Amino acid sequence: MRRMKKINKTTKSNLITYAIVIALFAAVQILTSAGAISSLLQGLLVPLCAYIILAVSLNLTVGILGELSLGHAGFMCVGAFTSAFFSKCTAELIPVAGVRYLFALLIGAAAAGLCGILVGIPALRLKGDYLAIVTLAFGEIIKNVVNILFIGRDSEGFHFSTKDSLSLGLLPDGEVIVNGPQGITGTPKDSTFTVGVILILVTLFIVLNLIHSRSGRAIMAIRDNRIAAESIGINVTKYKLMAFSISAALAGVGGVIYAHNLATLTAQPKNFGYNMSIMILVFVVLGGIGNIRGSILAAIVLTLLPELLRGLSDYRMLIYAVVLIAMMLFNWSPKAIEWRERHSAKFKRKKQKEV
Amino acid sequence: MALLEVKNLGISFGGLRAVNAFHLNIEKGCLYGLIGPNGAGKTTVFNLLTGVYRPDEGIILLDGENIVGKKTIEINKTGIARTFQNIRLFKELSVKDNVKAGLHNHYRYSTLEGIFRLPNYYKKEKEMDEKAMKLLSVFDLDQEADTLAANLPYGKQRKLEITRALATNPKLLLLDEPAAGMNPNETKELMETIRFVRDTFDMTILLIEHDMKLVSGICEKLTVLNFGEALCEGDASDVLHDPEVIKAYLGE
Repeated sequence: MRRMKKINKTTKSNLITYAIVIALFAAVQILTSAGAISSLLQGLLVPLCAYIILAVSLNLTVGILGELSLGHAGFMCVGAFTSAFFSKCTAELIPVAGVRYLFALLIGAAAAGLCGILVGIPALRLKGDYLAIVTLAFGEIIKNVVNILFIGRDSEGFHFSTKDSLSLGLLPDGEVIVNGPQGITGTPKDSTFTVGVILILVTLFIVLNLIHSRSGRAIMAIRDNRIAAESIGINVTKYKLMAFSISAALAGVGGVIYAHNLATLTAQPKNFGYNMSIMILVFVVLGGIGNIRGSILAAIVLTLLPELLRGLSDYRMLIYAVVLIAMMLFNWSPKAIEWRERHSAKFKRKKQKEV
Repeated sequence: MALLEVKNLGISFGGLRAVNAFHLNIEKGCLYGLIGPNGAGKTTVFNLLTGVYRPDEGIILLDGENIVGKKTIEINKTGIARTFQNIRLFKELSVKDNVKAGLHNHYRYSTLEGIFRLPNYYKKEKEMDEKAMKLLSVFDLDQEADTLAANLPYGKQRKLEITRALATNPKLLLLDEPAAGMNPNETKELMETIRFVRDTFDMTILLIEHDMKLVSGICEKLTVLNFGEALCEGDASDVLHDPEVIKAYLGE
């Protein structure tokens, strides 16, 4: 009987998380149809879905695996560009948007996951902060590689160059697909808010079920004590690599959503650089390391806040900073944790009395 | 044939000869003690047995199989489990999950079966839960199954570490200073637990300990290690009265 209760507890907690996402989705849909959401905010909805997926996936690395990654935007970049490249190439070949998008998702996730494995194999064998340094470098390298990459297509097939679009030597019927710093133009805009929310739910399903399974237990055991995990026969390298590559693949999914929402996809410091990686990390830290639901809420609040405060013009970023600090204190200061625990205990007692 | 047979084991760290020409014979079902002054190389012997270090020379036979050169994970699968001098639990996991982590290699299902919640997931998780609760109730920890390991009192953390090691279904259990930091009452309870483990699980146990009361109380055989070499070995009562051993511990 006790056991049944336990299983129900984790399942219940997972269901609440799904329910929160669905409720928020419904709320946004109602507000949109009532015309209460500005077009500016509506434009933010799809990137917001991408950010939530990135925050949840980074939490898998930072909170569950316990390794610091500073290059999550790099994996997003890989997913974005491979999928955008695929979608643009096959826009005529596969006219059904849904099918094309599904393939784009698989390709983006697979490419990002593969990069995760390649980065992880050397970096995850080391102890300490090496993964942070390697991923930081990886993020910057990917961004710069994309900026010098020129790919064109004509009747003879694909042409590559790292110099400029002229040196591709395309025939008159050819077109430039990836145009260096100008990026990819004309990706079909297949991402919608609904698709984004469905993908958030899929991401949550994968991450939450992974955590509450044999592999998830192994991953968290490694996080808590690597030496003890080894001593009871858990293959440390395998599970570290598994968690990290799943995290990278899901970041790739975030990239696919992001890419298919833009007319022109370019790799700039703003969207795929160090700043972006740190922003995602801020979502994770503020939401609570290892707390998946917190990551979602932090991503929503911190993405929408600057836009909602736009009316305050000059004070906008000031308030944003104050909110950041306040959230940080509330989440992590020992006094605040104590206060929260005391009050949640009171709340629980009251509940028990009622029962 | 002895369950564990160690012959001519040696390892050096730089110029330091940490363990030299060490040998050990442990019969099945024996409660064996490894004692010696600080820095004698006791924990190094444990680390050699569990594959943390690779010996420079010598062989280690577990049930007749040479395990030298195997990795820690493989040695655990072959049948050696251990606890640590400074407790190493999975602190952010529940007590039950700590034990279930120990069952990792005995109830297998793939990651995909776990993510997609296929029937095998439910079947194996149920079996794991049952096995874990059975082990925990043996050690009187079943009331705390859902508590975080970090929140257990010290004595119970020690017990949980032993439970987790037993969950890997070993042939030989290594305990590294199990009574460290315990008060006399807790030590007494621990002695009963260790004896209980040996009798209930028909386990062979090798333990390192400084607490002479515990050693003389439960160990049947002893090896005394001094400066990396076996100074003396044999029945516990004989060894503890050996003048050489007294000299090593107390000086002349």
